Amino acid sequence: MTSKAAFYDVDGTLVRTNIVHAYAYYAMNRGSITGIALRTLSTVAGIPAFKLLDLTNRKVFNEFFYRYYAGLSEDRLLTLAEDLFEDVLKSAIYKEAHDLIAEARRAGCRIVLVSGALDFTIQPLARHLGADDVIANKMQFVGGLATGKVIPPIIEGANKANVIRDYCVRERLSLDQCFAYSDSFSDYAMLAIVGRPTAVNPDMRLRSVARAYNWPVLDLR
Amino acid sequence: MRPLKTLRKLKDEESHIVITEKGSPPRVIFYGEDLWTENLPVGTRVIHARPPLEGLPNVRAAIRYAINHPEEMEPLHALLEPGMKVTIAVDDISLPLPPMRTPDVRQQVLEIVLELLADSGVDDVHIVIANALHRRMTEAEMKRMVGQKIFDAFYPDRFYNHDAEDPDGIVELERTSENEVVAINRRAAESDLLIYVNINLVPMDGGHKSVGTGLANYESLRAHHNPKTIRETDSYMEPSRSKLHQSTERIGRVIDKHLKVFHIETVLNNKMFDGQMDFLMKREEDFTEFDRLKLQAMQYALKRMPRAAKRKLFHSVPAAYDVIGVFAGATEPTHRKTLELSWKQYSVPVNGQSDIVIFGMTHISPYNVNSILNPLLLQVNGLGYYFNMNRGVPVVKKGGVIILCHPAYDEFDPEHHPSYIEFFNRLLPETRDAMVLEHKYEREFARNPSYVHLYRKGNAYHGAHPFYMWYWGENGRQHVSKVIVAGSENNHVPELMGWERADTLSEAIDMARGFMGRNASISYVHIPPILITDVKVGSKEEPDQPALPPSAGTGASATPPAVRAGPAK
Repeated sequence: MTSKAAFYDVDGTLVRTNIVHAYAYYAMNRGSITGIALRTLSTVAGIPAFKLLDLTNRKVFNEFFYRYYAGLSEDRLLTLAEDLFEDVLKSAIYKEAHDLIAEARRAGCRIVLVSGALDFTIQPLARHLGADDVIANKMQFVGGLATGKVIPPIIEGANKANVIRDYCVRERLSLDQCFAYSDSFSDYAMLAIVGRPTAVNPDMRLRSVARAYNWPVLDLR
Repeated sequence: MRPLKTLRKLKDEESHIVITEKGSPPRVIFYGEDLWTENLPVGTRVIHARPPLEGLPNVRAAIRYAINHPEEMEPLHALLEPGMKVTIAVDDISLPLPPMRTPDVRQQVLEIVLELLADSGVDDVHIVIANALHRRMTEAEMKRMVGQKIFDAFYPDRFYNHDAEDPDGIVELERTSENEVVAINRRAAESDLLIYVNINLVPMDGGHKSVGTGLANYESLRAHHNPKTIRETDSYMEPSRSKLHQSTERIGRVIDKHLKVFHIETVLNNKMFDGQMDFLMKREEDFTEFDRLKLQAMQYALKRMPRAAKRKLFHSVPAAYDVIGVFAGATEPTHRKTLELSWKQYSVPVNGQSDIVIFGMTHISPYNVNSILNPLLLQVNGLGYYFNMNRGVPVVKKGGVIILCHPAYDEFDPEHHPSYIEFFNRLLPETRDAMVLEHKYEREFARNPSYVHLYRKGNAYHGAHPFYMWYWGENGRQHVSKVIVAGSENNHVPELMGWERADTLSEAIDMARGFMGRNASISYVHIPPILITDVKVGSKEEPDQPALPPSAGTGASATPPAVRAGPAK
């Protein structure tokens, strides 16, 4: 039985896409021409705001962004998630991501994806990568339609560290034997809580923190 | 009054041993990326390398002769058949040190062998760099090693680094009589013929160690890269007295049983410096005025350069090594010839051990080409390599003191040595016991997926490598009572290593004498260029070094070279 896990952020770490790409795919496959046009236009119009919010506060960004999902039907999103994986995510997986995961598995680690994306978006990717578990945001659905709200806790920033800690307690894993991989300084807490953090394709702030703390730095690109 | 024999030795121009006297010139001592000139105490024995042996006049002819007249094997051309599968393994960037001028001897061998293979209708040829758990060589380094033409023809599909962590790339053969794992590169194992192109800089290299180590994986290397084997090894440089080599020989014999291996071994002389830096090959007694001027200019320039620039400068100056021998054929008879010639170049006879031994530590080791000599590499250079540059008997007496001249800076290269950083900062504060480190942490580091990935896809040494560096220094640590770092710029590096520090060499010598006694004997091993001491103890022959009166010498003092020249020729 494994007593350690490797936790992977997804967007920017294992794949080159992010949650905006996923939403854009859903928006462009709305089902009706007006629906496609309206959602695509509003997404494009929102890009500057997304960028700004993502840079300043990932939590606010996620809450703001997921409102765009309001009104989309659950069954359609689940179907589209499979198509999204085949059409977009599969080809966006970094070539070396498979090796990295295989190396962790050989080291006896349980593989867990930890993502701020929605769980139905991540599931096909997790199956493809052979992940054992997924920790991701869950959209609230009422009457089969998305409300645009995420069921708390929102998986982002410091909350990633909390859910990783809870996961380790639940699964009887030793945090200091666990590995975590991320590309963004916003995941500092997730990296800092485990014993073996690694920066992957890091942004400038994370690269500098990784160098300061002597964390390994990988480039999967 | 010293006996006539000793006095004659002091005047002997051919002698590799110089005993310092009043008025002797100051000695050039490597201090990291700088050079010190120091007056050593009167009576200090300075051990110099032999002059470089004459290089072969026609290396290509020598290569052709060797492969056509191999040792206990048929000539290479007779082993070839059209359509066969051939793998050529070559030593990695850790040899020679520093890298030699182009064309590298590996290129010269490859050009001849590849032509022969092509003429014989052998097209399925791969060139594998036998880097074991060392870092992968970069594209530029690979190109420099084999030349543009071979690089263009073979890279990247048929010219690549060995990957000891590729789950599909390793084959396990049968175990040795001592239950050692024998696992090697799959491509090599499945080839009809494996040709190993080696560079022998010191007698530790080559022979069964080439394939059995260079193309192995972690599980196979564990058989001999462990503290127990190292502790039972008298000298890394004397294969017949090395437990490490006995293990690699057992592994190598299993490989030879399963594979047809044709070795091409090349021996280099010790000509590390020439041109404007040729004075570094001389005894200080032989310096001309111009040599002293060049030394002073070099010191002046180095003093004013940032360390990174000095490092860059040193790494960009290739060594002027000449090829002095090429041998080919079966593993053991070929290597016997190689060792014979290697001893002729490197072995320096020395009578008797010393209480205190001084080593000038350079900027380079086998594991930091184009990188930083971090504290663990300083340790392995001092206690692993320099200490072991002997034929079974170290220059320093059991319980003696070693003085290493180096700034001992706390700098690491995160691309080449990421696991070293964790080893140094996390493990050494807990323990320096090699057995505990091996038992408690080696496998954890070796299996760390981040380190494995950096080794496989980046240019990092394997996660287990810092442990090997620590084990490599085990004999030195067990043998001496004290290690003093002269010129250490901080306290914590020596402290973590279990060493003491001194600001200057003079202070370090005083500390060592305070411990060993005022009349303690002192040797300065003048490396580089490389030499291996052949220390005779308990012989009737008189020791090189006269017993020092308690008042002899006053310690070392830094003196500008041109001021205190001494009786130069």
